[in-house]
Amino acid sequence: MANTYYDPADLRKFGKITEWSEELGNKFFEYYGKVFEEGALSAREKSLIALAVAHVVKCPYCIDAYTKDSLQRGITKEEMMEAVHVGAAIESGATLVHGVQMMNKYNKLSM
Amino acid sequence: MATKSLKARQKDLAETNKQLEFLNGGIFAEGELPYFKDKLANIGHYPLRPKKLEILQINVGYMCNQICEHCHVNAGPDRKEIMTRETMEQCLDVIRNTGAHTLDLTGGAPEMNPNFRWFVEEAAKAGIQDFIVRSNLTIIRANKKYYDLPEFFKKHNVHVVSSMPHYTRGKTDKQRGDGVFDKSIKALQELNAVGYGMPSQDLRLDLVYNPSGAYLPGDQAALEKDFKKALDEDFGIQFHNLFTITNLPISRFLDYLIASENYEDYMYALVEAYNPAAVENVMCTNTISVSWDGWLYDCDFNQMLGLKVNSKIKHIKEYNEDILNDRNIIISQHCYGCTAGAGSSCQGTVT
Repeated sequence: MANTYYDPADLRKFGKITEWSEELGNKFFEYYGKVFEEGALSAREKSLIALAVAHVVKCPYCIDAYTKDSLQRGITKEEMMEAVHVGAAIESGATLVHGVQMMNKYNKLSM
Repeated sequence: MATKSLKARQKDLAETNKQLEFLNGGIFAEGELPYFKDKLANIGHYPLRPKKLEILQINVGYMCNQICEHCHVNAGPDRKEIMTRETMEQCLDVIRNTGAHTLDLTGGAPEMNPNFRWFVEEAAKAGIQDFIVRSNLTIIRANKKYYDLPEFFKKHNVHVVSSMPHYTRGKTDKQRGDGVFDKSIKALQELNAVGYGMPSQDLRLDLVYNPSGAYLPGDQAALEKDFKKALDEDFGIQFHNLFTITNLPISRFLDYLIASENYEDYMYALVEAYNPAAVENVMCTNTISVSWDGWLYDCDFNQMLGLKVNSKIKHIKEYNEDILNDRNIIISQHCYGCTAGAGSSCQGTVT
């Protein structure tokens, strides 16, 4: 066993999850493939969304995969970093909006 | 950014047998990844055989005004391999008699061969249907003596195919050198000015896109759309088609893959993207590549690996299309580069 939780080489083995649960694995990969097809959103737009979400869920495999995917699509590093900021803004906003809950509770408890 | 070719830097990989040892060893020898010949055998295409010859590709010399990081030719200003007029005469004999419909001149920067213009003038007389010159664009702006190249190309109805790794300055200059983007833009505008690349015109101007790093090219049609939009909006530039070409793991690009520890991942990506449908139209099945010194190869990549055709006809001076066409194509693991995804050739995707 590797002595780290994340090994970059494991990303190549992602498909193997199907071996222990074929039906669910296949359904997942079929769904996954379908999601990223060109649709109402372009495949390029979807790749940038995936890159932003990859950062928010802090998945190192996804960050590797969608950085490479962005490069393949000719997406520039400026576009990539802006996408990461969108993810970060939503994530920090999600923290900060709870400040209202704090304020409500504070006010309720205070005389 | 490299300032000299691998040869001038005396790198081990300047020796082609070292490159082949590398491509045949490691992850392939250990059985981690399958050999290319086994993949071909699975679909009944081993040994790989040529179809009808369609393209005669002539490399008129490895000298170039640029030193691109991905260059499979390992071209540069210090390369002295230049086709002589005598070899050009031998090529012209073949061009006049070949059944191929396309003549494709490449290099280095082909325009740097001192006999380039004479050769183009003579070759154009042979009446080949599609006469391509692979021009790196910056050569047009490199020196006054090249300023009239757009007019020269037009005069001989040459089909210009030019490299352009991205529509932004940063990415282009990182791959091809500082200032390359601005010079390329200026050269494209000058080609447009004489009528090249215009939707309504026959003067064909196509662009070639190579990824600037250890990843495969994205969808050709999508990239073409992005390039067209950006080059038109930002610079008013028009062109016909964008060809995406996969970087093959040889020469300077192999050196980069190893040095940046991307080699294994890149080979995995190529093998995973292997597309049997691309094998049907892989360019070595319809192309003969001629080197600066007249030797014959299955493709420009095999030329750079020193793998001459497996035929009793090995040199342009003894050229015989029928005998040549009856040969087995020489393959190795670099060939995965031409069968990945939608496939890759000097004319872009093949599926």
